[in-house]
Amino acid sequence: MKPAPFEYVAPTSIADVLSHLVAGGGEAKILAGGQSLVPAMNFRLARPTSLIDINRVKELRSVTVDAGGVTVGALVRHDELQRNTIAGTLGSLLSEVAGWVGHLPVRTRGTIGGSLAHADPAAEWGVVAVALDAVLKVVGPGGKREIPAREFFRSVFVTSLESDELITGVRFPRLSADIRFGFREFSRRAGDFALVAVLAVVSRGSRGTVDSARIALGGVASTPLRAAQAEALLCSGRIVDETLLREAADAAAADIRPPADIHATSEFRRKLVRNLVFDTLTRAALLD
Amino acid sequence: MKHEVSLEVNGESKRIAVEPRKTLADALREDCGLTGTHLGCEHGVCGACTVLLDDEPIRSCLLFAVQCEGRAIRTVEGLATEEGLHPVQEAFSRHHGLQCGFCTPGFLMLATWIAEQDDIPSEEKLRDQLSSNLCRCTGYQNIEAAVRETVERMHEDRSS
Repeated sequence: MKPAPFEYVAPTSIADVLSHLVAGGGEAKILAGGQSLVPAMNFRLARPTSLIDINRVKELRSVTVDAGGVTVGALVRHDELQRNTIAGTLGSLLSEVAGWVGHLPVRTRGTIGGSLAHADPAAEWGVVAVALDAVLKVVGPGGKREIPAREFFRSVFVTSLESDELITGVRFPRLSADIRFGFREFSRRAGDFALVAVLAVVSRGSRGTVDSARIALGGVASTPLRAAQAEALLCSGRIVDETLLREAADAAAADIRPPADIHATSEFRRKLVRNLVFDTLTRAALLD
Repeated sequence: MKHEVSLEVNGESKRIAVEPRKTLADALREDCGLTGTHLGCEHGVCGACTVLLDDEPIRSCLLFAVQCEGRAIRTVEGLATEEGLHPVQEAFSRHHGLQCGFCTPGFLMLATWIAEQDDIPSEEKLRDQLSSNLCRCTGYQNIEAAVRETVERMHEDRSS
């Protein structure tokens, strides 16, 4: 199907983007990579009256490193992150996860900012943002603000962005060299949105225990969320072995009320969580 | 209201006037008369619309023509030259990498990009790359063989 008619502008500055957003009165949409928006428009599920193409706003493409973290510009493409140009453990994590987003020709255009703004609960970047307690950098007519990832995602396709606001970037904290991570997602066809996605990020203690653990789940609720019970269990001072990891995986699966839909039953999603949490924790907490 | 767009298609300058909602795929097909780029799903899943935008593979059904001002697009029509078929076309012919041909332009452009990259992909990586596109006829093995041959031949041609 073909999209409904709309007006098109391609500003080159954030200030111009914002004035177009305000002028659009809530009916204007930002066009970044278009890999989620344009399919919706082709189905006529989305009918914005105007599209504000932000691809010419150069400052949205930058990657800035500071003492404690890295701010990835909203317009950075998935394949740019996949090519691992950011140093350290964080760069490796972003690179590995990026490869799971859609397919190659989707990754050349799709952007991290667009994915976060679209807020599909199964999307990889949402899981990463919630796992690492990333901070979304947002700008609007009222000025700049910063939104922690866990406050940013409200529901399926719903975030705390106002209709006149733009994501400029997302800041991830630096990950020290002793951090290990594991990421897995499952879908019936390669490249589809995940039924369940899991990111486990673990800092191991010196005595075979776990100092800190972060486990984020996608696809099991209306937003990505953290498996708090599983994290607490891992950090309770027990030596890491397969039994502990299985208990943590069980805790993660018990902690959720996954939806049932045409793609999978609740029970199937629960089983996926159990298996994928065990797999990712094995990678992050047990293996070298 | 129509916007004027100047773009380069297969090395030729084109100037078209299109509504903003016209996708690149439709602009290539209708305004440039290049119907080699096919529409299978119009939501980015099938890959039949794959073309190269500034030498990168993209879904032309998910891009509007107005976004392509000043950009260089390569479609399947640009593969063959006066000297003959492109190596990827010869390989697909030799390995029977097509039956109905509907998915073929998308695969040819994807394969061309793969073969133009510096590294030679492993079997696993090549399958991951080719999984970007759907084919209902062939079962993929002949496509994989054709692309493997294309990659080897084009790397050889570049190093000799």
